[in-house]
Amino acid sequence: MNEIVFFINKVLVAGLVTGSIYAMGAVGVTLVFAILRFAHFAHGDLMTLGAFIAFALTAAFPHAGAIFGLPTAFVMLPAAMALTALLAIWIDGRFYRPLRERGAKPVVLVMASVGVTLMIQGLLRLFAGTGTRSMFIAERKDIFRIELPFELARRKIVITEPQILVILFAVVAAISLHWFLTRTRTGKAMRAMSDNPDLARLSGIDTQQVVRTTWIIAGSLAAAAGTLLSLDVALKPDMSFNILLPIFAAAIVGGVGQPYGAIAGGFLVGFAEVLSVFNWAILLRPFRPLLDGVVELPTHLAFVPTEYKLTVPFVILVAVLVWRPTGIFRGKVI
Amino acid sequence: MSFLEVCDIHAGYGGADILKGVSLSLREGEIGVIAGPNGAGKSTTLKAVFGLLHVSKGAILLDGNDITNRRPQELVRAGMSFVPQEKNVFPSLTVLENLEMGAFVRRDDYGHMIERIFDFFPPLREKAHQPAGELSGGQRQMVAMGRALMTEPRLLLLDEPTAGLSPKYMSEIFEHVVAVNRSGVTVLMVEQNARQALAIAHRGFILASGRNRHTGTGAELLADPEVARSFLGG
Amino acid sequence: MTTYRREIILFALLAILYGAVFTLFGAAYGLRMSVEALCYALVALGLTIQWGYAGLFNAGVMGFVAIGAFMTVLVSFPPNMAFWNSDMPARLGTVALYAIAGAALTWGATRLNRLGVPSRLRTLIAVMTGAAAWLVVSAALDPVARDIERQAGFIGGFGLPVLLGWVAGGAAAGAVAWFVGRICLGLRSDYLAIATLGIAEIVKALLKNADWLTKGTLTVSPLPWPVPTPEQVGFIWGRALYLALMATLVVVAWALLERAWRAPWGRMMRAIRDNETAAAAMGKNVNRRRLEIFVLGSVLMGAGGAALITFTRIFDPAGFLPLNHTFLIWVMIILGGAGSNLGAVFGALFVYVVWVMSEPAALLLFDAVREAGQAWFGWQAPADLDSRALQARVFVIGLTITLVLRYAPAGLIPEKATMQAPRPSAREKN
Ligand SMILES: Nc1ncnc2c1ncn2[C@@H]1O[C@H](COP(=O)(O)OP(=O)(O)OP(=O)(O)O)[C@@H](O)[C@H]1O
Ligand SMILES: [Mg+2]
Repeated sequence: MNEIVFFINKVLVAGLVTGSIYAMGAVGVTLVFAILRFAHFAHGDLMTLGAFIAFALTAAFPHAGAIFGLPTAFVMLPAAMALTALLAIWIDGRFYRPLRERGAKPVVLVMASVGVTLMIQGLLRLFAGTGTRSMFIAERKDIFRIELPFELARRKIVITEPQILVILFAVVAAISLHWFLTRTRTGKAMRAMSDNPDLARLSGIDTQQVVRTTWIIAGSLAAAAGTLLSLDVALKPDMSFNILLPIFAAAIVGGVGQPYGAIAGGFLVGFAEVLSVFNWAILLRPFRPLLDGVVELPTHLAFVPTEYKLTVPFVILVAVLVWRPTGIFRGKVI
Repeated sequence: MSFLEVCDIHAGYGGADILKGVSLSLREGEIGVIAGPNGAGKSTTLKAVFGLLHVSKGAILLDGNDITNRRPQELVRAGMSFVPQEKNVFPSLTVLENLEMGAFVRRDDYGHMIERIFDFFPPLREKAHQPAGELSGGQRQMVAMGRALMTEPRLLLLDEPTAGLSPKYMSEIFEHVVAVNRSGVTVLMVEQNARQALAIAHRGFILASGRNRHTGTGAELLADPEVARSFLGG
Repeated sequence: MTTYRREIILFALLAILYGAVFTLFGAAYGLRMSVEALCYALVALGLTIQWGYAGLFNAGVMGFVAIGAFMTVLVSFPPNMAFWNSDMPARLGTVALYAIAGAALTWGATRLNRLGVPSRLRTLIAVMTGAAAWLVVSAALDPVARDIERQAGFIGGFGLPVLLGWVAGGAAAGAVAWFVGRICLGLRSDYLAIATLGIAEIVKALLKNADWLTKGTLTVSPLPWPVPTPEQVGFIWGRALYLALMATLVVVAWALLERAWRAPWGRMMRAIRDNETAAAAMGKNVNRRRLEIFVLGSVLMGAGGAALITFTRIFDPAGFLPLNHTFLIWVMIILGGAGSNLGAVFGALFVYVVWVMSEPAALLLFDAVREAGQAWFGWQAPADLDSRALQARVFVIGLTITLVLRYAPAGLIPEKATMQAPRPSAREKN
């Protein structure tokens, strides 16, 4: 039983948290892909930027969280999301739209987004340095230890407040996104433009508005993902390229341009990562007395050492590109 | 007084001009049919009228107003709708959502219009919540026309609405076009099946290599032996 | 008739710039910078053919550079006798045999459908076999790697000639490129960018963590040179000889590329780049051509990386970690002019000097900022302002990229339009 609890702590909770973060990032990437048709390389740094904005707000009002009984950074999240969304729109107008209007190829826009990502990195490093920071300034991270009602399990399920918030936030975000895409005029216009941009234009759909909305969603979800990730772990200014690979993998696995696919892909990549670094030897421990002397069980049995965690999304990416380039939900490939 | 007046327009896709002087004229409430061989510039003409291509020379008047090189969005507001030749539905949107997208520019209540379109194209009513991409070719064409009618346009541009359809569906679509026209919509359509199309047309325009070749009423063109020989297959 | 006035002026300015470096910082320093810049020029040539000839976005240039660098260390570093005289080569060999057996089993499992196994079950069996084989192999490698690290440090090299190491570096980078290209080149152009980014990140993780191969943070040095080393002939001569070697290499690579570009092969590449659909319709195998270019470019990157690491004489995996250097190379080629070989060489030589000089310049600038802030506003600068100033230079890289893309997409030395008709309008659907 203890082993099962350990599994829940190490895999279920961690997988849900990682999956939620990746899903939020991947939805943004996939929407940008669907509407603007390029891989947005600056998405990782948009997340970092959002997290830094949340951090700055937390530093400015360190006690705001106490009023609600929540971490301050979480209370500041709506403001950070709004600011990041505005910044995303501004970045689009300054750096992507001129190229788009010139009719540049998508890969040129990818290049431009690399330029943007480097600029954000430079600014963040200039103003915030390269050190790791904690999002908890005037408070502590709450940790819940849930005891199980069985005699057998002495271990407790451990989950922190940020982890609960991440999962809840992702659920709320997914439901709102679904509602937005299927029930609102702009949401439907967004799906229409993803389906057939030319027809959207000649139906009189306001494509500028759709583009703006895309950046609002992508930017605010990126800010949320970045902030929540930093709440769970720590605020690292250099995560951008590391997080980009799992997010792109999630978007492609789910089918590029498919928001629901991106959510599924996010959780798939998240769980795959967690399961690959999990030490499976722990689960074999109860069998040790039985097998004693028959075979020697290793004490550490993981698919991938933690240092190579990044190979997991890469392998998933390669596998999808080889066997099913459209992804689970049949996205756009060409 | 003509409703749509296209005067000697020249237009192309960035390279050499494809249209080298095309003129059309249509009175309110008429059906106009553009016919001609493949690559004659029929689709190009419609695209130019709808502002999707740059018109380098000539003018287009709608109800007396110059609409040359206006953006499609404005033309939709001015009462024009366009059904392109292919890729004319949003495949992952439901039929109902396709219609709603047609009404995107409308800020008023367009519920009655959806009802009217379902009355018009009864098969769509039962498929209302099915993705348009899953429908048959004929039904997709109905969705496409329905989408374009949502703004209650005064001028409907149709590019080969019967392309790739079986003969049964074909005559059904022609009947729909006539019915739409009877309800007061001026129609300008491109058709490969020129014989059938000219039969319902008030005005016919036969293009070849980007120029007008023959112009007349539908009946006149059908009766013209020269037209019959060169363009209607004998 | 094409004239070369622009080129001559630009290269003259470049010569003045290098002259200034030589006079200000001395010949030894100037030579060092020139050699390094030429190594980057080789890498930049590799990138410019990928991007400029074929429109391929390689976001992992530093990964290929690192592969080349590692290979040359492996090939040319003197053998580590502490390793060879122990039982560890044999144990490593056993692990390799396990790996081969595992791969063979997995491959066999993927063929089970030939024996009538339903394909779903086949896939399941294949995946399970692969996973099990992987677990066994990595579990077997673990203790060997640990023992090597503890007893011998790392496996050392093979002590072969350095130039052979460079060739091996290019070949290894090309092999990896072939693998990535095979997977991605038929798909959306962005996928290649994502996959190469992944490759670079993984190479980085490997070099950083596989101490038994790379000696990790302990670094490998001194690497042997293909020309007499400074210890033998003094700094100036050693570096000058190295410079001569690199200059020859760059000129040879440049000349070969120019020839290929004017040959039918180059014409075909241009046709594909300018109008892919038309080229495909004419029966050209577009993806095959692209794969050739991608591999060729990566070979140049690997060789350039090998040359660079050999020159610095110390293999420090951490040196490759700032992946942003990938985009420094991007700046070199888009500033120089994508698809223009001369532009790539010019861009590399120019941007490298600017980059190196930007270090003291940034420090100076931020010193001034600190002074001014303190004097006028009583501002207490953060202690790590210097390191921040250096890190912030990536902002300039990013800014340059976006500005060039927007205002000078053809670069300083645009590709010469020696060919036929003007390119079709950019407004065409892409
Ligand atoms: N997007 C485009 N870019 C460049 N040229 C085009 C484009 N579309 C069509 N053309 C060219 O314009 C000419 C006229 O094409 P258009 O589509 O108007 O013909 P059409 O009369 O509609 O023929 P069809 O019966 O085949 O539909 C053709 O020569 C075609 O090659
Ligand atoms: Mg046509």
